[in-house]
Amino acid sequence: MIPAAFEYHRPSSVKDALKMLTDLPDAKLLAGGHSLLPLMKLRLASPAHLIDLGRIEALRQIRADGSVLVIGALATHWMIESSEAVKRYSPLLAETARKVGDVQVRNAGTIGGSAAHADPAADYPAALLALEAQLVAEGPNGRRVVGVDDFFKGVFSTALDPQEILTEVRVPFQDARTGTAYLKFAHPASGFAVVGVAAALALNGGSAARVRIGITGVGPAAYRPKAVEQFLVGKPFEAGSVAQAANLAADGVDVNEDLFASSEYRAHLARVFTKRALMLAGERGGAGSG
Amino acid sequence: MKHAITVRVNGAEYRHEVEPRLLLVYYLREVLGLTGTHIGCDTTSCGACTVILNGMAVKSCTVLAVQADGGEILTVEGLAKDSQLHPIQEGFWEEHGLQCGFCTPGMMLAAIQILARNPNPTDDEIRHGLDGNLCRCTGYQHIVNSVRYAARKLRETNQEAIPSAGGAR
Repeated sequence: MIPAAFEYHRPSSVKDALKMLTDLPDAKLLAGGHSLLPLMKLRLASPAHLIDLGRIEALRQIRADGSVLVIGALATHWMIESSEAVKRYSPLLAETARKVGDVQVRNAGTIGGSAAHADPAADYPAALLALEAQLVAEGPNGRRVVGVDDFFKGVFSTALDPQEILTEVRVPFQDARTGTAYLKFAHPASGFAVVGVAAALALNGGSAARVRIGITGVGPAAYRPKAVEQFLVGKPFEAGSVAQAANLAADGVDVNEDLFASSEYRAHLARVFTKRALMLAGERGGAGSG
Repeated sequence: MKHAITVRVNGAEYRHEVEPRLLLVYYLREVLGLTGTHIGCDTTSCGACTVILNGMAVKSCTVLAVQADGGEILTVEGLAKDSQLHPIQEGFWEEHGLQCGFCTPGMMLAAIQILARNPNPTDDEIRHGLDGNLCRCTGYQHIVNSVRYAARKLRETNQEAIPSAGGAR
């Protein structure tokens, strides 16, 4: 399959890329290309101009800044899963990156591309929601920071303006008393998340002090099941209450449906995986060890 | 508008003017005539088109040739050196890692990526690493055996899993 013809541009800085994005009509940004190129090959997308961000090395860096992990939008899934800084300061993000696609896809695909594309079955959005990430966008009017709760808007839809570039993902360090987990029911052929649940759980004296959950694959966009979080906070953390809370995981959500999984089945998976992710996060955070 | 690209493939330098929409796999097969890289699903699923680009296994059906500009590429044709099979090729030969052979070039290039990162993988790690490569003949067990063979041979002979594409190749 061959994409429709387009003009190719390769800026060497974000500034140049922004100018191209403003000046060129019908332009698309190319990062790792593992969402956009398949769409172009199927002719579901035929942009007139492609702006390849691949040579903007500044966007590939991963660094710790105070108590925040700063991940360049062009960091690949492999860079994230293998980064010592990510493994140390945000094990949940490393675990999520490890579960994206396959080795070759992880070598090429990027966190910024995944977040900006906002596939309803992508893995990162769940983790970013659980981690209270911030997403940094640069546009003609400068730089702005968007909290993750305001970022994912719907199917392939985010808070980014058409003339903005997502440049950074900022993730606060995970603290010592927080346990996290990302569990995924992967589609057996595509590897995408039929359901993916990321959980971050801070315990205090056996009770859940803080709970954040992100769920992907289930609704039009990844979301936080706030009813589950609220149910658990302040209560002793034990299997019975977790199961009760997890039953609320798909409540009020317009649940996706496809040939593989009916909405009923998907909602069931969401409840089961929410329970499992919470239990695993609790175990990793020290629940049951006093 | 066409773009001039320069790439090193299996140690040899090439310069061509290409259309931006030309995919790397078509560049390798149809412009360079290196037909060892296969096109299977053409949808980033099957891994038959896997090559090593700048030390990283990628599916060349999902990379534009212009994106590879300035890069170094290793294809199956670059694995053997001086008529000596690469240990991964030897492994597939000795352990009967192929039947029809269509997936084999991609399997071998994905396999050396795994071994470059983990010289002594468990069977589970090999299977997880080959998640992006489909074989419809073997049932995978002999492929896993082949990769294990290559891992042992590479360790014994102290070789790099991904050979550097020197001028000799």
